[in-house]
Amino acid sequence: MTAATHPLTAMITPAAPPPDCAAYEQAGGWQAARKALKILAPAEVIDMVTRSKLRGRGGAGFATGQKWSFVPKNAASERRKYLVANADEMEPGTFKDRWLLEGNPLQLVEGMILAAYAIQAGHGIVFLRGEYHLPRKRLTDAIEEARQKGWLGENILGSGFSFDIHLHSSAGRYICGEETALITALEGKRATPRSKPPFPQFSGLWGASTVVNNVETLCNLPHIVTNGPEWFLSLGMGADGGTKLYGVSGRVRRPGAWELPIGTPLRQIIEDHAGGMLPGYSLRALLPGGASTAFLDESALDVAMDYGSVEKAGSRLGTGTAIILDDRTCPIGMILNLEHFFAQESCGWCTPCRDGLPWVERLLGALEEGTGESEDLEELARHARMLGTPGRTFCAHAPGAMAPLASGLKLFADDFSAHISQRGCPLRHAA
Amino acid sequence: MLTVEYTLPAELRADILALAQEELHPQGASVAALQLVQSHFRWISSQHLQEVAQLLDMSPDALDGIATYFNLLFRQPVGRHVIMLCDSVSCWLMGRDRLCAHLRQTLGIHPGETTPDGAITLLPTVCLGHCDHAPALLADETLHGDLDTDALDRLIGSLRETP
Repeated sequence: MTAATHPLTAMITPAAPPPDCAAYEQAGGWQAARKALKILAPAEVIDMVTRSKLRGRGGAGFATGQKWSFVPKNAASERRKYLVANADEMEPGTFKDRWLLEGNPLQLVEGMILAAYAIQAGHGIVFLRGEYHLPRKRLTDAIEEARQKGWLGENILGSGFSFDIHLHSSAGRYICGEETALITALEGKRATPRSKPPFPQFSGLWGASTVVNNVETLCNLPHIVTNGPEWFLSLGMGADGGTKLYGVSGRVRRPGAWELPIGTPLRQIIEDHAGGMLPGYSLRALLPGGASTAFLDESALDVAMDYGSVEKAGSRLGTGTAIILDDRTCPIGMILNLEHFFAQESCGWCTPCRDGLPWVERLLGALEEGTGESEDLEELARHARMLGTPGRTFCAHAPGAMAPLASGLKLFADDFSAHISQRGCPLRHAA
Repeated sequence: MLTVEYTLPAELRADILALAQEELHPQGASVAALQLVQSHFRWISSQHLQEVAQLLDMSPDALDGIATYFNLLFRQPVGRHVIMLCDSVSCWLMGRDRLCAHLRQTLGIHPGETTPDGAITLLPTVCLGHCDHAPALLADETLHGDLDTDALDRLIGSLRETP
């Protein structure tokens, strides 16, 4: 593995401590920050990232350069602005950002310096989920060392640009991954999302201009600035640029995460990298990018894992970490598990989500327990329709929750009927 | 507004005020302040909550709204050790329900409860980001993966021996 093909993970050695500032520099680190702060204007960094076609790796896939372009252009010294790294990795089945946080925290620090310089933000915050204890320790050390070495603080490299990073350890709520809820959490309030507009670029944290970018997105920046947008585009297999951290969990031979060209076919990820299914199990269906993406079945295995292709196949790339449902596990049980999560993690702000999701969970629970009726299937479908349409709830939490349910109702129609006709789960004791 | 008399150690109060000072507005330190109290007392009592609210210039109810909102802030006493067993989808697929049943039986408690000797509290938790080593749990601040009942027994044994 070299930095040319695996830019995000080339410096990461499994089970070894992350590189310190000197080792990071020796392996090619800090070149981008030096180049940007000494040679490039902020607008040139934005332009490079826009031309690289980098899209947000947190799940929504918004174009990073475009997101930045809405930020007022005042210099950091003239106007209070924030850059926030979203390290609240809480999407069930997702374990990619932890790899970057533990393995090479200085890469994130450099990525944040570049993003902050581009949008001229003087204040950086890492919003880290509270359960990530090892990443917290390693990030704390990395930020401290970067500060000591002059990569953070006043007048970095004599450029006149000042920037520092504050680490915020959250206390555990999925909705904090939503950028406006994250901002509300940083203000020390209950983390409920806010309406947009105003967009955070105009009015975010404490009313100041704010950009929230995912960890993996930010970690791509040093490589784009060092090697150029054309190089980055050439790494991808399709329309999108760069590599992507993909992952597979479930009953496969080698569950794990890999850095691969974005657009790698799903079949290749599951069969070549994850080693295919464990003996005695076969693949029934999967969620391609975390809990809030729609199920795909075997017929979709040849889909290229990029934003557009997965959407065309009827789901979303999401976080790029696939969760495999095998043939010996009950799909309704799996959907019940997912909806329990979404019901629990609803922030409670809007009624359809707060009351609808627990209702969905109870209906699915009844099917598993053997007290479900056929009318319940209509009720589930109605919820999938009503809560699944964006705009009927305050944020994207409920539509995300309905993605596996709506697709599951179609894909597993026979299993749903069997739970009613057999008064319970036919697979309950089989797995 | 009513004022409460402080029972928090002076040093801890100073640390909380320092956290508030780092923020643009004191309320921005609410989660960090509650985490700090919890790191000393293992949970956040109503008395302590009121004191923190006063330090941050917030109403106690607003702060309690935050304390009860986040999964990792405890408003009830917990044991010397907290086991958080992941109940999200990848761990469920890999048999976390069986492990939960084993823990319930071995510890004699349900999730949400503490063993009578005060050693261990068992809680469910959302995805820990250790899905390639499912089923997984967090014991205090240490992540454990690829769990089976033998590994759980060893873990409980070592936790019981650790003060």
